[in-house]
Amino acid sequence: MSDVLTAGFLPLTDAAPLIVAREMGFAAEEGLELSLIKATSWSSLRDYLLLGKLDAAQMLAPVPVAHALGLGALGGMDVIAALNLSGNVVSVSKAIAAEMQAAGYGFDFTDAAAAGRALIALGRPLRIAVPFPFSMHAELLYYWLDTLGLAAPQSLSVRTVPPPLMAEAMADGEVDAVCVGEPWGSLAVENGDGVMLLPTSAIRQSAIEKVLAVRSGWAEDNPDLTRKALRALWRAASWLDQPEKREVAAEIMARPDYLGLPVDLVERGLRGNFTISPQGDLRAAPGFLTFASGAAGFPWRSQAAWIGMRIAARTGLDQAEAMAAARAVFRTDIYRDHLRGVSADLPSASQKLEGGLDHATEVASESGRVILPPDRFFDGTVFDPD
Amino acid sequence: MANQLSILVVESDRDRALQIVDGLGGGDQFAISVISESSGLARRVAELNPDVVLIDLESPSRDILEELASASGPLERPVAMFVDRSDDGLTRAAVEAGVSAYVVDGLQTHRIRPVLDAAISRFSVFKRMRTELETTKRALEERKVIDRAKGILMKSKGLSEEEAYAMLRKTAMDRGRRLSDVAEALVTAAGLLS
Repeated sequence: MSDVLTAGFLPLTDAAPLIVAREMGFAAEEGLELSLIKATSWSSLRDYLLLGKLDAAQMLAPVPVAHALGLGALGGMDVIAALNLSGNVVSVSKAIAAEMQAAGYGFDFTDAAAAGRALIALGRPLRIAVPFPFSMHAELLYYWLDTLGLAAPQSLSVRTVPPPLMAEAMADGEVDAVCVGEPWGSLAVENGDGVMLLPTSAIRQSAIEKVLAVRSGWAEDNPDLTRKALRALWRAASWLDQPEKREVAAEIMARPDYLGLPVDLVERGLRGNFTISPQGDLRAAPGFLTFASGAAGFPWRSQAAWIGMRIAARTGLDQAEAMAAARAVFRTDIYRDHLRGVSADLPSASQKLEGGLDHATEVASESGRVILPPDRFFDGTVFDPD
Repeated sequence: MANQLSILVVESDRDRALQIVDGLGGGDQFAISVISESSGLARRVAELNPDVVLIDLESPSRDILEELASASGPLERPVAMFVDRSDDGLTRAAVEAGVSAYVVDGLQTHRIRPVLDAAISRFSVFKRMRTELETTKRALEERKVIDRAKGILMKSKGLSEEEAYAMLRKTAMDRGRRLSDVAEALVTAAGLLS
């Protein structure tokens, strides 16, 4: 008899590891029956997890950090793995895109500094939508605009809009720009409501995005389930990072039970090949979405510390305390314990300089070496978690 | 009346909204407003400035209300999800029923409790109705497609109705698939070939 794990997800391209673990049989091979529940909002996913209706949930990396900082109700969470790195896009409304184009901006989909300056140069108040107050979408947007001289979030009008409603919000003229996970950015382009400005990987390469979250202490109380789930997810992620598998993944993800959108839209984010405007302009974004390679699943405590530092700075909390609290909920110890013995990359350190790698770089791992991907911030800042 | 609790119900379905208002005593005890969701929700909440917001737990618009719950949000009004303040049993009951409530920080539990009790009982009824409706709908659709598949087999293979049904059933068993899935595949294939 196999063990049952109930996990929740939102209809997003980066829910792929959970869906693939179930549909391609990686969970079953670990003796795990992975029962997946599609939620409609991050708040319901969080509530279901914390009240015990779910064992585990796909979660925005900053949410468990916010809870560790005392900014969330109902209890705490542990992050036992990263589900993916990057995977979001910044899009602007048609009206804003037209103004930027008229001012001579070329939409190269690569240069975050140029894109941000062109947006700020319009000199108008910006209404920007993010999917949740605590999200990498919000953190990276604020970092990007703030670095370029537009005080964020103070001088922005920030709205929370659920991903499936982002296209509509742009169509209704409610917002000027959005930061959203795929395939919802592609849907806005397809509906003729938005133009893609940047992948978030142009603001910061290899930023942690979604994580697998459990209630505090759950992983220690359920070591068998934790091990099976982490191994199944690691295998699904490794499968997903073989480029030729992404097409199959798109087919599975497009099904009504999961995203319920055309395969063509789902495939764009998975392959990093985008149609960025309703006129059909094409752009490639290498490194747009990573699931496994370069120890992508490893929940670096330094990524948590960066998020904690940013939230603390914004909410007036003590930054050193926030970084310590954030680090503690990213459970590199649990990840290591359960993935030892499979060929997962297990870095020897639990923290690294964030933003220090211009190129793929070898570092020490438990089994020898692991190659970490470039992780630059667009302005070259290096964050030291200590 | 200054001391009257003001409640905002976010519900796009008019009948459901009316039933919730009824459940809360038809507006005699409380000042109740209803808005249908999504567009401009955060702005409307700010304008109406309610003590309690009731919303379907499954509504995607819930995340919009989350910004009210965070102090750094654009709205200054301190709002907390009721589950912060109330007892665990009540929270669980609400989640089971599928209702979430956002309550102004610091409002005493004894004032919120009757509102939540009423909301929970209404939402429980909705939830049961929704499950029943969906199950019935699915069963009807499946029956329809099985009938069509039977018809196709009867016509093309000259079978009786029982034989056609037996054939579908056996195929489903052999392939380890649901009867309705086999029927659906047959109908689709027949459509392509015709």
